Amino acid sequence: MEETTKPQATTERPASGEAAPIIRFRGVHKSFGDKVILDGLDLDVPEGQTLVIMGPSGTGKSVTLRHVIGLMQPDQGQVEVWGKDVNQIARKELVALRKRIGYLFQDGALINWLNVGDNVALPLRENSKLDEAEIREKVEHKLELVHLPGIWDRMPGELSGGMRKRVGLARALITDAELILYDEPNAGLDPEMSGSINQLIAEIADTLGITSVVVTHLQSCVRVVADRVVLLEKGRLVVDLPRDEFLASKHPRVRSFLGDDPD
Amino acid sequence: MVEDGPVGHYELDLSGVRGMDGGSAALLIQLIGDLRERGAEGEIVGATGKVRGLLELYGAHPPKPSDKAPPARVGLFEQVGAAVDDLLGKLGEAADYIGTLVAEARLAIRTPRTVPWGNVVRLAERHGADALPIVAAINFLVGLILAFQASGQLERFGAEILVADLVGLSVVRELGPLMTAIIVAGRSGAAFAAELGTMRVSEEVDALRTLGMSPYRFLVAPRFIALILTLPLLTLMADGVGLLGGLVVGIYVLDLTLISYWNETLSAVGGLDILGGLIKSVLFAMVIAAIACQRGLATSGGAEGVGRSTTSAVVTTIFHLVLLDAALTWVFRIYGI
Repeated sequence: MEETTKPQATTERPASGEAAPIIRFRGVHKSFGDKVILDGLDLDVPEGQTLVIMGPSGTGKSVTLRHVIGLMQPDQGQVEVWGKDVNQIARKELVALRKRIGYLFQDGALINWLNVGDNVALPLRENSKLDEAEIREKVEHKLELVHLPGIWDRMPGELSGGMRKRVGLARALITDAELILYDEPNAGLDPEMSGSINQLIAEIADTLGITSVVVTHLQSCVRVVADRVVLLEKGRLVVDLPRDEFLASKHPRVRSFLGDDPD
Repeated sequence: MVEDGPVGHYELDLSGVRGMDGGSAALLIQLIGDLRERGAEGEIVGATGKVRGLLELYGAHPPKPSDKAPPARVGLFEQVGAAVDDLLGKLGEAADYIGTLVAEARLAIRTPRTVPWGNVVRLAERHGADALPIVAAINFLVGLILAFQASGQLERFGAEILVADLVGLSVVRELGPLMTAIIVAGRSGAAFAAELGTMRVSEEVDALRTLGMSPYRFLVAPRFIALILTLPLLTLMADGVGLLGGLVVGIYVLDLTLISYWNETLSAVGGLDILGGLIKSVLFAMVIAAIACQRGLATSGGAEGVGRSTTSAVVTTIFHLVLLDAALTWVFRIYGI
């Protein structure tokens, strides 16, 4: 075995994270039946950072994201978001918390009997007191933000995979989320579309100053969007580095995971 | 490959080898083969981990015996215990689900604005109005068949006119509500389970939660309301066409007059009978919506999972409909409804 870079990532953060982290995992365990997915995960995400979570399939990347927003509860340990334990707060508080978080699902997860505009408008119609004109303006603005203006009346079934994801992103952004979670934003896309999604993620993080957590296994995505990269394996962090150091790292797991082409 | 040399026993110790590709493995195996040809013996020893796995794949390294203990035999008591535990778990889940439904219903009644009424209209049309032809056809035939079967028996006593009583009471009290509910369970119950199951599998249900919306309010409530509104109406219509089926037999087979058949029906069937049937239909609507939505929301495992949920929704619903019908008939009898 060659030199190892931080074999066990610890709770210590670089000096840049002086502010309290937005997301804080402490000793999170999660199993499905006999299968251990998260095995005492510790993770902090400071405000404004774009964190990329990499790792082989089945190591709990998506499960980690689901814990952040309370779609899954840990068997053990704590998940705090903005200082609140997601699993201890009342339902109303959880709903309020979720409104501050956008979540982009793998296939966009659009409601298939509603058209694009109504899909994006859904959270506003259900949870806000805005009138129809205000909703329309906001939705059109968000659709422009994801470079899809003027497709209000299209149905989700008529859209390509990349378009569905971008509409999903517009919907995730509609409540002016302060934190966005991306679950495999490049999955099922051709390289060109994948690249444009990466650009979009980086653009949104920069222009809106949003904290982002991106689950991916693509090096190209890391290059464009990441501030910091963690490598998850067997439910634990094995590497936790700033992007450039990660890409240059000699850690054998990083090298084998990046396909050993540091170019 | 092997040069002439002393014949004997050779061991290739691979304990220090961490990695190996297929080419090297093939080379080593050929080496062993060459040794054997020359009358010597060769053996690979000490391979571990991936290297061992690779060699085993080539059949060159005898698989070592499993170090796991054979599975313990499960005794009768343990089996019974596990089954009871499983049953209690399921009952607990059902109670949990019913509790959630009641809580959501109270919330929806207190804040009716939060119910997506547009959806209710869409679903009522699809699961009520669109079901009219099939419900009418089947209930007409049920009335017809019933009258035919009864006429043969009643004719022997010269009591053909009682066909009107028999058809009227059975259709209005039992067959109208039950047949309609079974058709709707097959039609709408399957659709609910498949729709919600697909939404669950494609993460749409999770997406609703992350948007701060309740899947119960947004998906389950409209389906409940749509069925509770439409099933009694469908049942009323089913009662009507069922009676019509009997009437056709009465007039064309038994030569009864329209007036006499109609008067006999009116004398047999009272408002309370129709009301009893409608009460049943409302409860049936709740059973169909509750079970189908639960199966849909509990779906996991892709397209196959959706299929499983749909089948399970229809079978479970029909079983519970018949069970509930039996219980209600018994209760109505006690209270003289």
